[in-house]
Amino acid sequence: MNDQTLPRPRHRRLDVRTGRVELTHGAGGRAMAQLIADIFAPALANPYLAQGNDQAAMPLPAGAAGGRLVMTTDGYVVSPLFFPGGDIGSLAVHGTINDIAMSGAVPLWLSASFIIEEGFPLADLQRIAASMGAAARDAGVPVVTGDTKVVERGKADGVFVATAGVGLVPAGLELSGDRARPGDAVLLSGSIGDHGVAIMSSRENLEFETAIVSDSAALHGLVAAMVAAAGPSLRLMRDPTRGGLAATLNEVAHQSGVGIVIEEEAIPVKPEVAAACELLGLEPLNVANEGKLVAVVAAEVADTLLAAMRAHPLGRDAACVGTVVDDPHRFVQMTTAFGGGRIVDWLAGEQLPRIC
Amino acid sequence: MKYVDEYRDGALAKRIAAAIAAEARSDRRYHFMEFCGGHTHAISRYGIEDLLPRGVRMIHGPGCPVCVLPVGRMDDAIRLAQRPGVTLCTYGDLMRVPGSDGSSLLKAKAAGADIRMVYSTLDALKIAAAEPGREVVFFAIGFETTTPPTAVAIETAARRGLKNFTIFCNHVLTPAAIRAIMESPEAKRGEVSLDGFVGPAHVSTVIGTAPYGFCAAQYGKPVVVAGFEPLDVMHAILMLVRQVNEGRTEIENQYIRAVTPEGNRTAQALVAKLFEPRESFEWRGLGEVPFGALRLREDYASFDAERRFGIVTVPARDNPACDCGAILRGVKRPADCRLFGTACTPETPMGSCMVSSEGACAAHWTYGRFRQHARAREAGVVEGASA
Repeated sequence: MNDQTLPRPRHRRLDVRTGRVELTHGAGGRAMAQLIADIFAPALANPYLAQGNDQAAMPLPAGAAGGRLVMTTDGYVVSPLFFPGGDIGSLAVHGTINDIAMSGAVPLWLSASFIIEEGFPLADLQRIAASMGAAARDAGVPVVTGDTKVVERGKADGVFVATAGVGLVPAGLELSGDRARPGDAVLLSGSIGDHGVAIMSSRENLEFETAIVSDSAALHGLVAAMVAAAGPSLRLMRDPTRGGLAATLNEVAHQSGVGIVIEEEAIPVKPEVAAACELLGLEPLNVANEGKLVAVVAAEVADTLLAAMRAHPLGRDAACVGTVVDDPHRFVQMTTAFGGGRIVDWLAGEQLPRIC
Repeated sequence: MKYVDEYRDGALAKRIAAAIAAEARSDRRYHFMEFCGGHTHAISRYGIEDLLPRGVRMIHGPGCPVCVLPVGRMDDAIRLAQRPGVTLCTYGDLMRVPGSDGSSLLKAKAAGADIRMVYSTLDALKIAAAEPGREVVFFAIGFETTTPPTAVAIETAARRGLKNFTIFCNHVLTPAAIRAIMESPEAKRGEVSLDGFVGPAHVSTVIGTAPYGFCAAQYGKPVVVAGFEPLDVMHAILMLVRQVNEGRTEIENQYIRAVTPEGNRTAQALVAKLFEPRESFEWRGLGEVPFGALRLREDYASFDAERRFGIVTVPARDNPACDCGAILRGVKRPADCRLFGTACTPETPMGSCMVSSEGACAAHWTYGRFRQHARAREAGVVEGASA
């Protein structure tokens, strides 16, 4: 039989402008292939993804010998999906890169799984994919493999994104939450609370206006500069996301079996963020960040490290905010700007669901 | 932050602290109760205790609406929320308050009850208007400050003809509670040292300062109505120290930027139009307080969830090991309670004082528990790492 005589099915492009995700888009058939080809492939394009296999195959990076691989996984359920300063796509890239980078690693590759609710507008999905692709390109860390699932209407809320990330820690560098020692300095890369307040200001039931945008950013560039400046004197790094700076410092105190004393006046908080927190009865120390890091470093290199951080655009407002002390109770204590002392505790209960 | 930073000025705080230290006599102690949880929170959050001389001690009072809500009323709210067709709108801090048998609104919500966290009465009204098929109940709670907004919501609902909006009324009254503290058996036996009260400013923006007159006249205790910024609190403490030193028992107003002796007459009239005092209402820790709470008047019965759903409160017992009651009366301190910091923490609160951030126990746990250990160290007690 001559193929030329058969009618060829016309390739109809996705109606991205008005179309919606249907259950068939997750069924593994032609519709899914089209969704991937029309939305995800162009947005995330890179040679590994283009292999089109169920897995991506990457060559071992230079410097792999002697170094250590790190891997992380993360889920994103932020609400709303689009917020001042970002969206779930860019947030997923930044958040995953940051989890990798906090080990001092160079982030190499990401994966992304989309769990999409039936009826979700294709235009929004395309916007999210494009933003994810742009964030990955800016960071130089490609999304090399992915997955798409569609669930019935009401079984998810728009889109959830699950990611994984792999990175390489250079030989000789070992950062870990249990390495803080009395006398170490605690450095913070910039102002706190921006992400949480940006999300809150865009929630329907709160309706207050602010110029605050999320600080969502990939921190691996800043981390590289810090590793170069302080090397093995760096004890640990953490990004204070959910639970804010307070949770991060308590985690470190517990893991390392030490106390931490911070100075309220040294902690940068933007006036707009402070005002919004005042209005909502929140404590900036508990509010989430997506583009900040805390570093604990040997006291003698604190100034060098701080200078290196301030020389990087994402660490311009970096400050030394406290000191690690000997304390069997592992308290995080703060000297208030008012002059008294208090504990900085973990947050009890839920301050704000679905912040990232 | 304009209009806020001025009242949190550390340099000024040091000057007031120096004045308090200079004027407080070394041959006596001063015990002042800050009635309101807002003050408790400010004292703890800014570390005001560190700025006071040893002889001046603050006692945390019962002015936290969540803390004084009896378990029986919490049970009522949980049962109400579980009724089919009912949507219960509540402030967030009530979600985790334990009812009897370990229940809570949070658990009821997880089990399927329609409970929604709101930030104001108006949010509840919006829900009632948008979902006419639901019986929307607003969990109304609070002192004189929050009663006028509830009244406005009801008037608005009446004007808009919203038939599916009711309130579960738990509004309580400050002066009645202060009287109950002075009338408590411990106070009468002289077991509570109390030299004066810091009164809540926001309550007085509504009721004025005049309603505290009995406190000075009948019980010989001075009251200073104070704002909630840390400098306001420091200033009020200095004013109380001066009154005690000079043998005065007066009702003074520190919060002159918003409080007048007569208060907000419009708000008072609105509240009087819609509400009437309950002859008696149970307060957690204080027991039955005569005329200590409000209910809706007969004319507004159709907005009263208690009437619409036939709620009859069954008194429930507090956990017998929990000292919330004695703490709320100023008889005990949080750390005196056997459950404090062991079985009872903000994550797993046994008593209401640990639930709200304005509760005495939560404030002490969250901000001040290092002082216990510091005191123990001073006393020479050898301590190990906390569990």
